[in-house]
Amino acid sequence: MSIIEIKNLTFSYDKQIVLENINLKVEEKDFLAIIGPNGGGKSTLLKTILGINKIKKGDITIQGHKPSLNLSKLGYVPQNTNINTNFPIKVIEVVMMGHIRDKKEETKSKSFLHKYFKIGYNEFEKSCALSALKQVGMEEFAEEKIGKLSGGQRQRVMIARALCSHPSILILDEPTASIDVSWQKQIYNLLKELNKTITIIVVSHDISVILGYASKVAHINKTITYHDISQKQKDLQNDDEHFCEVEMLQMLGESKSKSTCSC
Amino acid sequence: MLEILSYEFIQNAILAGLLVSIASGIIGSLIVVNRMVFLAGGIAHTSYGGIGLAVYFGLPIFLGASVFAVAAALLMAIITLNQRDKIDTFIGLIWAVGMAIGIIFVDLTPGYNVDLMSYLFGSILAVSSDDLTYMSILLTVIIIIVTLFYREILAVSYDSQYAKLRGINVKFFYTLILVLSALTVVIAIKVVGLILVIALLTIPIYIAEKLSNSLGIMMIISGILSSIFTLVGLWFSYQFDVTSGASIILISAVSLILFLIISKVLKKQY
Repeated sequence: MSIIEIKNLTFSYDKQIVLENINLKVEEKDFLAIIGPNGGGKSTLLKTILGINKIKKGDITIQGHKPSLNLSKLGYVPQNTNINTNFPIKVIEVVMMGHIRDKKEETKSKSFLHKYFKIGYNEFEKSCALSALKQVGMEEFAEEKIGKLSGGQRQRVMIARALCSHPSILILDEPTASIDVSWQKQIYNLLKELNKTITIIVVSHDISVILGYASKVAHINKTITYHDISQKQKDLQNDDEHFCEVEMLQMLGESKSKSTCSC
Repeated sequence: MLEILSYEFIQNAILAGLLVSIASGIIGSLIVVNRMVFLAGGIAHTSYGGIGLAVYFGLPIFLGASVFAVAAALLMAIITLNQRDKIDTFIGLIWAVGMAIGIIFVDLTPGYNVDLMSYLFGSILAVSSDDLTYMSILLTVIIIIVTLFYREILAVSYDSQYAKLRGINVKFFYTLILVLSALTVVIAIKVVGLILVIALLTIPIYIAEKLSNSLGIMMIISGILSSIFTLVGLWFSYQFDVTSGASIILISAVSLILFLIISKVLKKQY
């Protein structure tokens, strides 16, 4: 069974159709890159998978359930991680926000405060958050104020927050948009590592993602074009490093123009 | 100097000052991190409408002001949650209309010449024991709610979109924060007056924000700072025979300036 299944999804804001008749199956341990022009509906699709947008036409299931009933299966890393950088909050507290309050777990807690008053986070949730930080290599920053971190470090913390609830799918919206090049590679290597156990969906302008890391590509511009590039990718990686978006699109059969590569 | 402490009205003033300082430390922190300062200002001024109505109908002032302020908070919550782009226009509108209602009803009250100044600038020396009871109950409620729902309130304040994804009822907690703000504003009016409320809800909190690495610590530091400023302000107002509310605010503002200068000097050294 596919981990995410989208059937005949059509979505519109007011009267403008943003997504039309989208069909997509995401298999377990896929590394899916969603590309497409600005305003093409990438973010809308993401929000619909996450259950933020209400579905009016079509259907999305996550492991056979509605997205809103399966929140803990989804880890989400938002696009802008530079919000609220002055907020007095420690890294560990940000990561713990990834947990979903579980009433049953709380009554099992050893601590008096959690068991009877359900105050704050329990030891289990704390250790879980710490191990998520360890996974992204940020455990030494647990007690730091979030505003003191660099953009790339904050991105890692947000990934840790998404990993906190042990999701089977990790969804990232433009994970490298706000960080410098040296961090981008590290983030993608981290994602590749995580991909060994979980499914990854990345929305990106950054074509190099598709090249080095993604196994599937979905191009969204109101409608969807889907490609399995896990085979093609192996051939490509033997070529020389010089590569650009035009060639990429030609490879995917997207490019209709014959423009030459200028990069 | 110490004999003034034996007067009951001075004791009440000090107690009221402390209760309001702690409440405004907690709620002010939430207002500042949620960027609701303008909303809180709107609620403070709108509550004058409630004061006017209470005077006209002969109801307890606190009751009238509280009901009116909570109504204003709910209205603002509805507007902010649904009409984000027009929010400043609506707040300004509610702000002015609330005050206008208050002024008209005070005018209409026969034979009663209410002292508008005492609401605009506070009347901490006229705190009754009923006022103190109301303040204590409110402070207790605030502490209980904020402790019980600390993780939800933190999540909603830091990243409301993500909180929503984690199944937290963002609209409920946003409204809750606004309603608690409204109630706190009403008791703070007694101490510093509705014009100066915003200063009490922001100056100590601004300093605390710089000094803390978590929201809880920020609330505690804010509460302590507010208490110090309020007590020093009261002493100042007694010594020089000037308005207490304004003294408290000026003491806070001078402290803020000193804090900024000191932190700048320290930064240069390192």
